[in-house]
Amino acid sequence: MSGEASVIEVEKLAAGFGGHMLFRDVSFQVKRGEVFVILGGSGCGKSTLLKLMIGLVPPVAGRIAILGTDVWATEGAARLDLLRRIGVMWQQGALFGSQTLLENVEMPLAEHTSLRPAARSEVARVKLGLVGLSEAAARLPSEVSGGMLKRAGIARALALDPPILFLDEPSAGLDPVTSAGLDELIRDLARSLGTTFVVVTHELASILAIGDRCIMLDREAKGMIAEGDPRRLRDESTHPTVRAFFRREAA
Amino acid sequence: MIATATPSAGRLDVRQTAEAKTLTLSGRLDTATAAALWPKLMAEAAGGPAVLDLAGLSALDTTGATLLLVAEAAGKGNRIEGAAPPVVAVLDRVRAARAAPRPKPEARLPVVARIGEATWQAGRAVRDAVAFLGELTLTLLGTLLRPWRLRFRETLRHLDEAGTRAFPLTVLLGVLMGVILAFQSAIPLRRFGAEVFVPNLVGISLLRELGPLLAGVILAGRTGSAYAAELGTMSVNEEVAALRIMGIDPMALLVLPRVLAGLLVMPVLSLLLTLAGLMGMAFIMGLFGFPLTTVQQQLVSTLHLSDLLGGLLKAAVFGLAIAGIGCHAGLGAGRGPRAVGDAATGAVVGGIVAIVVLDGIFAVAYERLGI
Repeated sequence: MSGEASVIEVEKLAAGFGGHMLFRDVSFQVKRGEVFVILGGSGCGKSTLLKLMIGLVPPVAGRIAILGTDVWATEGAARLDLLRRIGVMWQQGALFGSQTLLENVEMPLAEHTSLRPAARSEVARVKLGLVGLSEAAARLPSEVSGGMLKRAGIARALALDPPILFLDEPSAGLDPVTSAGLDELIRDLARSLGTTFVVVTHELASILAIGDRCIMLDREAKGMIAEGDPRRLRDESTHPTVRAFFRREAA
Repeated sequence: MIATATPSAGRLDVRQTAEAKTLTLSGRLDTATAAALWPKLMAEAAGGPAVLDLAGLSALDTTGATLLLVAEAAGKGNRIEGAAPPVVAVLDRVRAARAAPRPKPEARLPVVARIGEATWQAGRAVRDAVAFLGELTLTLLGTLLRPWRLRFRETLRHLDEAGTRAFPLTVLLGVLMGVILAFQSAIPLRRFGAEVFVPNLVGISLLRELGPLLAGVILAGRTGSAYAAELGTMSVNEEVAALRIMGIDPMALLVLPRVLAGLLVMPVLSLLLTLAGLMGMAFIMGLFGFPLTTVQQQLVSTLHLSDLLGGLLKAAVFGLAIAGIGCHAGLGAGRGPRAVGDAATGAVVGGIVAIVVLDGIFAVAYERLGI
């Protein structure tokens, strides 16, 4: 199954808390340069799947490999090296409130590169420029809007130019116009920089706008119920839950 | 990635001919390589007309592109040549990002205007504090007229949290204070054979001063900060605004039970601390060979009811001030993650400053009144 161009491989993954099982037997691959969407209703475990993939929450069973490295079998320097090659935008931005947006973006650069302060701030300004926030560089996270927070979160995730970016619910809490702007940014970055995106979302418009491929998780089925091009799933799927999701019907 | 570890790591070759300087970049120009090459490339490019030859570049990330564009702009007549389409795409994207307008640095106010602004801010803070005090007084008077509107369960909960849960700490601190005071004062008094007067000294200082003051410090640290954090979180989460819009007075619902709890709990804490301190002192006196009856006689001979009542009244006023300042700091919390921390710090510092200042006022007043 594993194609030569896949950057993430997930095999027979299972997750749960305590005695409660969220999902099991989840297997898929993410290919280089695509925008891969993990979708599903509330409580299906899609955000947990993201946390498993970035190594934050341990899986109950299964294996996750990012760029050929097993996320849960590496430690020390190898793990740090892996972490430098992924970026994460958190659902609420998770920007450090006591620092300006520019300082937030500079932080990983200061930690992981030998750039001098002037060059570092130049690079960080470019990252903010990439997400359209040049003018807000000197503002604190509490002084910008929700959409700008998410953009700043992407800029910080981009700081070390990782080949893979994980986005947790980019459109949550945003109005449709702001959300569409963010979708456009994701497509633009994927196209111009060749970055691979793994996006967790339940926003239908966003899924159809950005997704090259997607998987759908379901709480009832405790696992994956669909995989493929979201537009084809919308038009062709016969699975009742998938149809209900794409047609916005109550299940 | 570490630049030297990868065979295709980016490298810079400089070729200088009579008419032109060529800076050839090859391999992967990623963040680590760009950081390593940054000083050298900038030094070479700053000189003047140079050609940045990118034909050998296999990969470029945005940090690498930033370096190339900064280098291009560093010298007059510099230009970029020979980039492959994927490299051009990244360069164009970063060029667009750099072209976006940057924030203008905020103009610093002249000194006079800064002083004016600071005065204005200080004045507003005083106005807010006075307004809070007025609102609190009105709410208190309103509750006196309509006592059934006071939330008793809420007040009981706060009495428990601020009072009974502070008992162990208060007793511990009181006993230790009594022991330390007795011990320290016994040393100089012994030189005059006056150890028997240790209870007089410790008793007076605990009843009149240390009891209320230390209980106040405990309340400010435990409860004042908790009030500020609790109400601060509520204001940050817009819960306070929601109360106002529902027509529920946050003063009556949130502030009054807390302030009442502070007012009622402080005399109790102060008394407890004083009693524990006297017990600690009696224990030390016992070690020195004075029986309990002697200690008791000494205490009865010096202490008056007015000493106790004066101390308790002071404690009640301290409690009112600490709880009020804690609630005010919480309700006035700004936005952002630091707001709650700032509010809690403000509550503790404000509370301690307030009780020290009030203590001074009480000292003068009691002296005048002959208490």
